[in-house]
Order: sequence, then structure tokens, then C-alpha cells
Amino acid sequence: MVDLSWQVPTALASVLFIIGLLGLLARRSLVFVLMSIEIMLNAVALLFVTAGMRWGSPDGQIMFIFVINLAGAEIALGLILLLRLRTRLTTLDSDAANLLRDVQV
Amino acid sequence: MNNLLWLVPTLPLLGALLLGLFGAVLPAWCTALIGTASVGIAAIIASSIGIHWYGNAPASHVFVQDLWSWIDLPHLSIGLSLYLDPVSLLMMLVITTVGFLIHLFSTEYMAGDEGYSRYFVYLNLFVAAMLLLVLASDLLVMFVGWEGVGVCSYLLVGFWFHKPANGYAARKSFVVTRIADIAMLVGILLLAVKLGTLSIQPMLARAVEVWPHGDVWPSLAAGLLLIGGLGKSAQVPFQTWLPDAMAGPTPVSALIHAATMVTAGVYLIVRTHVLFLLAPDVLMAISIGAAITLLLAALAALVQSDIKRVLAYSTISQIGYMFLAVGVGAWSAAMFHFLTHAVFKALLFLSAGAIAMRLHHEQNIFKMGGLRNKIPLAFWSFLIGSASLAALPVVSAGSFSKEMILGSVWFDPTIGPLLWGAGLLGALITATYISRVVFLVFFGPVRTEVSGRYGVRIAVPLIVLAAGSMLVGWLETPGFLGGNRMVTVLLRPAVGAVGIHPAMDILADASGYIAPLLGVAIAFTLYRSGYWQRAATAQPNALRRLMHSGFGFDAVYDVILVRPFMALVRGLRNDPVDLVITGISVLAIRLHRALRRSQVGQVRRYAGWVMVGSIATVAILVFA
Amino acid sequence: MNVSGFDLVFYGAASFSMVTTAVAITRSNPVYGLLNFVLSLLGMAVVFYTLGAPFAAALEVIVYAGAIMVLFLFVVMMLKLDRTTVAREASWITSAIWIVPILLGAMLGGELVDVLLQKTGPGSAHQVISPQAVGLRLFTTDLGAVELASMLLLAGLIGAYHLGRPSSEGD
Repeated sequence: MVDLSWQVPTALASVLFIIGLLGLLARRSLVFVLMSIEIMLNAVALLFVTAGMRWGSPDGQIMFIFVINLAGAEIALGLILLLRLRTRLTTLDSDAANLLRDVQV
Repeated sequence: MNNLLWLVPTLPLLGALLLGLFGAVLPAWCTALIGTASVGIAAIIASSIGIHWYGNAPASHVFVQDLWSWIDLPHLSIGLSLYLDPVSLLMMLVITTVGFLIHLFSTEYMAGDEGYSRYFVYLNLFVAAMLLLVLASDLLVMFVGWEGVGVCSYLLVGFWFHKPANGYAARKSFVVTRIADIAMLVGILLLAVKLGTLSIQPMLARAVEVWPHGDVWPSLAAGLLLIGGLGKSAQVPFQTWLPDAMAGPTPVSALIHAATMVTAGVYLIVRTHVLFLLAPDVLMAISIGAAITLLLAALAALVQSDIKRVLAYSTISQIGYMFLAVGVGAWSAAMFHFLTHAVFKALLFLSAGAIAMRLHHEQNIFKMGGLRNKIPLAFWSFLIGSASLAALPVVSAGSFSKEMILGSVWFDPTIGPLLWGAGLLGALITATYISRVVFLVFFGPVRTEVSGRYGVRIAVPLIVLAAGSMLVGWLETPGFLGGNRMVTVLLRPAVGAVGIHPAMDILADASGYIAPLLGVAIAFTLYRSGYWQRAATAQPNALRRLMHSGFGFDAVYDVILVRPFMALVRGLRNDPVDLVITGISVLAIRLHRALRRSQVGQVRRYAGWVMVGSIATVAILVFA
Repeated sequence: MNVSGFDLVFYGAASFSMVTTAVAITRSNPVYGLLNFVLSLLGMAVVFYTLGAPFAAALEVIVYAGAIMVLFLFVVMMLKLDRTTVAREASWITSAIWIVPILLGAMLGGELVDVLLQKTGPGSAHQVISPQAVGLRLFTTDLGAVELASMLLLAGLIGAYHLGRPSSEGD
């Protein structure tokens, strides 16, 4: 058992979240975009567990289970979409999927 | 007999309905029959009621026929009832009889017009509405009739609507009278609120109970009603619509704009005279306004060249006399002058119409001339009507009624002699301008050839009305001619007895008879010297132009009312209020154009913007 | 501040996670990136364990790292990324693309630091929450949420099945 105040793991979660955010905003490859989303989800899961620890309640871990649940569903759909996009665009570049851009007429 | 009263307004209404529904498929003779017979039968019933009344009038001199209840509210109930008393009886008789004669005249006058059945629909509807106005026992019902005749007047003035000028004249008459009617409606509502009833007789009784003499409320109510009356009766300052209303067919001018509708203002005041007696200031204003009106209109009539406009101005002037009588409380004199005026002015208009029929609808008196021998019927009837209008003593009805008015005015305690002087001057000018017309139209060289001939349907109304113009005055005669007092006696139960005046100053009395003769003499002199003819061709000077335009009221109204209103209309045409609404849509479109640039299609950039929003939200939560 | 052995383990695992995560998102080859991320998840499992959540730690390893990320890895390997793809991927990673994300991240981080420094409050409860406690709570009071979670998974399943069918008429 560690003897930490709750701010330390929260700070860790924040750092991980921001790293995920950087990846999401910077990378063009859809694989890394999906991965960045996973990182951010994971950071949130850590936050929940930290909160559970802070209040001595199992609710934090229950929320962690739901987050994993969500991550599983999300990654399944995300990966399928990634595969479809790859067959359509023959690339993983997210900037290539810009058919919904504004076209000046 | 009295129980048939409801048929009197209903028959013309039925005629209008029948013609309105089937007029398009009926042959012309059938249209004429329905249109004329409906009013004719109404006239017969009205006359029977009148004769019956003469013999055995009800003890109260009032007969009320309740038809049905119209509005029933907790504090106000309005019933559709017909109220017959001597005043409305007199009005009803004149409307149905003169109306019938004019209908008869119209059947020939309007023959061949493509709107033949439409014409009779309007005319029948008018008679029905006018009878409703006269017989209504309730102010609100009367207002319905009041607006009904207004609508019919509008429809008939604009009867030949293919000419834009006629449509303009119709609109003008409608709008001007509507403006006055709004004041009247406000007055009616004021009475309803203050007195709790609009049924005329209980309302008047209550007004006497509640309001002291000369109080502000009766003055306000009477003033508002008066404005409505002035508008309908074309008195200053509302007189401008009547000369333009001559755009309608001539029989219409005879019926609506001379004999009946325009006298509705006089009738309204006589009907509610108890209220006006509570407001002496308003009565004073009526007489002063009437004196101004009759002089201005008479002067304007002096320079007109269109025969119908002369008659229109003379109508304004003659109704001015009625208002003069009303203003000094001489109710019977006003009603008597209404009676004689209805007869002789209808005669004058019909004669003018008869002349125009034979002259290819020429109405300029300077293009007529020498018609005395060409169309003797029109000449004699116009001459008799003119004599009555000019109030030539003894031989004409107009002289008796005008004398009665002047006699009553003289004894008004405040400014009686002044008003009397105005009336006398008016009589002089009246005689001058109508003699001018007679001389120019019927004497001298022939300028336009006549064509065609008159049928019996033209001749009969002219002859009957001419006879009436000579004889109807003998119902009420001054002392030295027998002293008949039939009109006064008839009306006494309704309007109260007029105090018997002491004999007038013999000089003043005589001057009332001399003035018309003097006027004729002036006109004759000027005609002989060729002044009228020269003045018509000469370049008119400023005064003459002013008189010709009816003293510039139109121009003044154009500047102070019409133009600001039109400017307002132009301003509002593009819907400044809508700018708020369209502004929102314009803003939305601008925003759309600006924001669509952000649609780059790059998911990363969208995510970035979502992030910016999130950071801002968190910042608000954290730092605020 | 007395630093115990557990604390050292925590700080070590936390540092390891941060570093591997940072490495993960900067790789040009997706496979390396994912493998780094899996390492980071293992570090996280240790962090969970030290925080007194052994059940979460186990799930992190078994489900997250073991199932989800391995699935991810399989799919990426199915994409058959060749050298040119990786090279192009590498060419996209310039220092310029990091400027705006780092700016935004710094702003967010500043806000979070502000929150963390605002209140200290009481420390942690210092107790291990056993899988038994989690399971009891999950399948008694939170049963409705479990049903919702199953719905979500079902929706994911159906969605994946629908989207994964071979396209018949050109999408």
C-alpha cells in the first residue's frame, strides 16, 4: 500500500490524458488516432480508480470495468471502420477522408 | 297597419338579394321590375302607415316593432327593433317615395348599361340600409345602416369603375366618411360605457338623469356623434368628398348624394337632440360651422362649370341650412327643409340627368344653351327645381322651409342675427348661382344638338317631383299665407314644441323674400352683360381658382394629411418591422458563409476545435 | 515525507507508463507504437495494484492489454503495412505538427494543475478494495448498469457485424 495523497495519481492521469490528446491532435494515421483515444480512456480509468481509492469505495473499480467495456466496444467499431476506410481510400491518412468538407460553389 | 312596418326595409333588401343572386340571368325588364317594385311596394306600405298614423296615431306617438335580439350581454343588450315616430315616419316616407321615383327614372336612364342589374342591386341595398338607419331604435343598429349606406355610396360612386377617376372618387368619399365614422363609433361606445344602453330613447332619458346641463361628457359624446354626422352630410371640414362623388350615375347623385343619405347627419342630431340640448357649446359650434359651410359651398357653386358640381355644392350649402336650424334647436324647421330639399334636389338632379341624356352626357353648362324650346320637359322641371332651391317666394317649396329656418335662427339668443345674416347672404348667392345655370343652359344660342326623346319612365318622376316641389311647401306656411302647421304638429310629439315666436321684424321678414329675387336679378344682369360667359373663357384669377376648387380644402388636406400618410406608406412599404425578421435570416446567412470556411473535412482539426471548446469550458468551471 | 517501498514501486511504474506512452504516440511504425502502449498498460496495472485495486490491475492486464490491444495489434498486422507506408508515416511526423497540440495540452494541463493545487483535502483511505467487494457491489446495487453495459457490447457486436460484412453494392 502506498501512502500518497490522491493528487499524485490524479496528476499521473492528467499527464497520460494530455499525452493521448497530443497524439490525437498531431497524428494523421488512423491507427495512432485510435490508439490515442485508448490512452485517453485509460487515463480516465485511472482517475476513476484513484477516486475509488480516495473514498475507499469499490465504485471506482466498477467504473473502471465500465470504461474497459466501453473501450472494447469502441475499439471493435473503430477497427472495423478503419478497415473499411482502408479499402475505400487505400490509405490510413485521416486527412484523406475529407469528403464532408465545404466545397465553394 | 303598423305591423307591416318590418316589410318596409325588408322588401328592398329582398329585391337586392334576388337581383344579386339572379340578376345576371334575368332579362332587363325583369330586373327593372323587381328593382322598382320592391321599393314601390315599400313606398305604398310606408304611405299607408303614414295615412293611418295621421288618422289614429298611437297615444305615445311611438310605435316599436321588436324583431329580434341581436346582442345580449350582462350590461348591454341590443335588440333589432324598428322605432317609428313622427321623425322617422317623415324620413321613411321621403326615402321610399323619392327612392321609388328615382328607381323608375333609372330604369330608363340606365337602359343598356352592362351593369344594369348590378346597379339595381346597389340601389335597392341602399334603400334598405337607409331605411334601417332611419328606423333603428338602437344606436348600434343605426350604425349598421349608417355604414351600409356608406358602402352603397362607395359602390355607386365607383359604379363605372373602368375609369380610374371614378374609382378614386369612390375611395375618397369612402375614406373621408370613414374617418368621420370612427369618431362617431367612439361616441357610440362612450355612450354605451357611460349610460349602459344604446337603445336611443332609454339612453336619452338616462343622459338627462345622469348628466347636468353643459357637462363635459354630453359635450364630448355629442361632439363625437356630430363629427360622424358632419362626415356623412359633407359639412365643413368633411365636405370635399361630395363634389367628387358626382362621378356616379346621376340618379344615384339624386337619391344618395342629395335627397337621402347626406341628410343622415341631420337626422342623427334630430334623433338624439335631447343629448345635444345638454351640450349648448356643441349646438353653438354646429350653427357656426353650418353658416361657414353654407356660404363657402354657395360661393364655390357660383364658379363651377359642371352642372352636377353646381348641384353638389348647392347640396352642401342646403344641408348647411339644415344644420343651421339644428344648431339653434329648430328641429322641425330642419326636418321640413329636409323634406322640401329632398324633393327639389332630386328633381334638379334628375332634370340634369335628363338633360345630359339628350346631350350625349355633356355636363358642362357652357356647352349647353338654348335648350328651353328643345327639351321643354327638362326645362320646366329644372326651372321649378331651381325656383325651389333659390327659394322664390310663394311659388316654391324651398321658400317656405328656408323662411322657417331663417325665422328660427333670428330668435337665437346668442348670435342669432349674425347667423341670420349669413343665411340671408347664402340665400342671395344661392339664387344667383342657380339662376346662372338656368340662364346659361336654357337660354341663348344652341351649342350642342339634342338627340333622342324621353319615355314615360323619365317623364313621370320629373312631373311628380316638379309638382311636389311646388306644393309640398304648403304643408307649413307662414302666418300671412294661412298658417298651416302640419309638419310642426306632426313632429311635435317627437321633438317637442317650438316656442311660438313673436312676429319678426317686418323688415327682416321681408328681406328673406327679397333676397332670392335680388339674386335672380343679379344673375340675369350678369348674364345679359355676358359676364358669366366671359369669365368662363378668361384666364381665372386667384380668387376664382380658389372658389372653383372649393376653397382649396383638397389641396390643404393633400398637404397635411394625404402626403404625410403616403410618405408613411412608402416608408412602411418595405416593412421596416420585417427588417428584424429578415435581419435574423441575413445574419444567419452571413454566419453560415463565415463558418462554412471552417468545414475543412479534416477530423484532426475538428478534434482541435472540440478541444478548444472543452478547455474554455473547463476554464470557466475552474477560474470562475 | 517518508518514502516506503510501495511508493517507490508506484513512482517507478508511473514513470515507466508515462515514458512508454510518450514513446508510443511518436513511433512511425504502428506495431512499435502499439507494443509500447501495451507496455504502458502493464505499468498501469502495477500502478493500480499499488493504489489498492488488485482487481482493476488484473483486468488491465488480462482484458485491456491481453484482449483489446492484442486485437488491435492483429488488425494492424492484417493491414500489411509496408516500408513505404511507414516511411510516409515518418515524413508526417515533423516538429511543426506538435506545436498546436502542445499549446492546447499545456493550457489543459495548466488548468488541471490549478485544480490539483487548489485543495489538498484528506489523503487516501489506504485500504485494499478486494475483488469480492467490487463483485458484490457490481452484481447487487449496480445490476442495472451491468445490463446497460451488456447492451453496449451487444450494440458494438451488431455494429461490427454489420459494418464488417463484405460490401455488396459498392457501399
